[in-house]
Amino acid sequence: MKLRMQKSVVLSAMAAVVLAACSPAEQKPAAETASSAPAAVEVKKVAITAIVEHPALDAVRQGVIEELAAQGYKEGENLKVDFQSAQGNTATAGQIAKKFAGDNPDVIVAIATPSAQSVVAATKTIPVVFSAVTDPVAAKLVPSWEASQTNVTGMSDELPLQPQIDLMKKVIPTLKTVGYVYSPGEVNSTIVLDQLKAALAKDGITVAAAPAQRTTDVAVAARSLKGKADLIYTSLDNNVVSAYESMYKVAVENKLPLVASDTDSVKRGAVAALGVNYHDMGVNTGKIVARILKGEKPGDIAPQRMEKLDLYLSKKHAAEEGITLSEDLMKEAKEVLE
Amino acid sequence: MSMIALFGALESGLIYALVALGVLISFRILDFPDLTADGSFPLGGAVFAVCVVNGINPWLACAAGAAAGALAGMVTAWLHVSLKILQLLASILVMVALYSVNLRIMGAPNVPLIGEPSVFAPFVAADYSNQFWVQPLVIFCFVVLAKIVLDWFFSTEAGLSMRATGANGRMARAQGVGTSRMIIIGMAISNALIALGGALFVQTQGGADISIGIGTIVVGLAAVIIGETLIPAKRIVLITLAVIVGAVLYRLFIALALGSDTLRGVGFGPQDLNLITAVLVVLALRLPYIKRYFKLKRKQAS
Repeated sequence: MKLRMQKSVVLSAMAAVVLAACSPAEQKPAAETASSAPAAVEVKKVAITAIVEHPALDAVRQGVIEELAAQGYKEGENLKVDFQSAQGNTATAGQIAKKFAGDNPDVIVAIATPSAQSVVAATKTIPVVFSAVTDPVAAKLVPSWEASQTNVTGMSDELPLQPQIDLMKKVIPTLKTVGYVYSPGEVNSTIVLDQLKAALAKDGITVAAAPAQRTTDVAVAARSLKGKADLIYTSLDNNVVSAYESMYKVAVENKLPLVASDTDSVKRGAVAALGVNYHDMGVNTGKIVARILKGEKPGDIAPQRMEKLDLYLSKKHAAEEGITLSEDLMKEAKEVLE
Repeated sequence: MSMIALFGALESGLIYALVALGVLISFRILDFPDLTADGSFPLGGAVFAVCVVNGINPWLACAAGAAAGALAGMVTAWLHVSLKILQLLASILVMVALYSVNLRIMGAPNVPLIGEPSVFAPFVAADYSNQFWVQPLVIFCFVVLAKIVLDWFFSTEAGLSMRATGANGRMARAQGVGTSRMIIIGMAISNALIALGGALFVQTQGGADISIGIGTIVVGLAAVIIGETLIPAKRIVLITLAVIVGAVLYRLFIALALGSDTLRGVGFGPQDLNLITAVLVVLALRLPYIKRYFKLKRKQAS
């Protein structure tokens, strides 16, 4: 009996801790407005969440904050930024979405599809700006690419496929088969695979797909393309990009040139990449956020794609992977790594 | 922490309470270390999502999700009982296989459900203004129902046979209990509950994603152990209650770690979320002992 009573005391103590932790945060907004009122500075609150920490997604966040600063919203002065990462856990992403819905910030920035979906499922009133979502329409974040008339808008990282195909043809003029290493568990990668197959079929080029479920499978998948493909193309696949070095090794051994979709991978082993710069995408996302902070309605802003793509090449990797890049291609490049 | 965040923690806590009840049946009652949860949780979500997208009533879709989970649990049990594969390995095999099965069911790694019918939709206002308490309330009803049914089941002869199977298989067999059948039924119930959790989870989340299963078993086990430590009990009614409390507390700790400005003030960042959660759980588990220690000291002093 005594023991049981002790437990109930413990439980109630814990409940008290939880409640105590609740109250100060709730009182805070009031205290904040009180302290900022004399200075007459209106503090805007922007909440940012990403499904996971990852160089590309972190670059987006940095871009957003820098652009907001450029537009006069400086963190710590007239801007409060609350960043939360779900650390790869969707259940936590849901809790973060609810925390933000409760905090009622001026804008929520949701980076990557699972985070964006949970935020959109949690609020219909707070403006939501998604970023680094490949297909916001398929993810049902917005009904179409037109201005949504809801509380949601944002930036897509969808790459127009034709320039990618043109690049592959320029890297290997006699292109017959494109090898494609991807994670079957990433929706963005499977969309690209379908589009790639359809687009290449018109030119009589086939796609050899090599699925890799985990980062440790990437090298095995790449090796399976030996003798079957003229080059290996990869999309913005989180697993594959994480394990890019392991593909580089296979590429050098088997003289299979690598073409990537993000410019960072050129430093890590790719011959060429025509890609989105994620920092620039963050800057563009920040522009949308600033427009909303200045009073525009998110529903009046159409979701956007990145217009500008940068071509990065690597002479060193080209030589190692058994090809030479044409002079014409070199001229188009924004940067050629020696 | 705002009310919405608090209810959000309650909501995911109650969803994981279903998972924890499932884990309780496999790990504790049947003594069957079962990792199928990481596959059956997204399985429930996947089946639900596909059903609803194809126009099936969300309540039926929930039932279908739970049924699919039951099937997964039966496969794991069958691998062990009939093919004599070690319990842990059998469950790992099913968990791994379910990844592919789930991709097949969904046809893509992500099935969005924003704007689709759900079991909550009829009760939620058009502007979501009452969503934050309606969703946890509906899930609470599911959990209470599951608890009542389980409490009742484990007091019936079949339920007691199942408990005997886990407690002492040889003794149970000697008493004429069909232990193989009991394991298969128990695993079916366990994974049905976990899959039901998955089906409810995708409705709160705006979509089913292949990645939602990662770490399900870890959270489920944590909930069971937190519950058992804080409310040690022998009666099944209290055991199930403890497990539910454990699951809710675990999510509350995450909400606390997310929301604490004090922690931010001393230099903790968003990357420390999991660490802070873990430390909070450790503190909660040691609290009774810490209290006892201070009581003892006070006694010695006087």
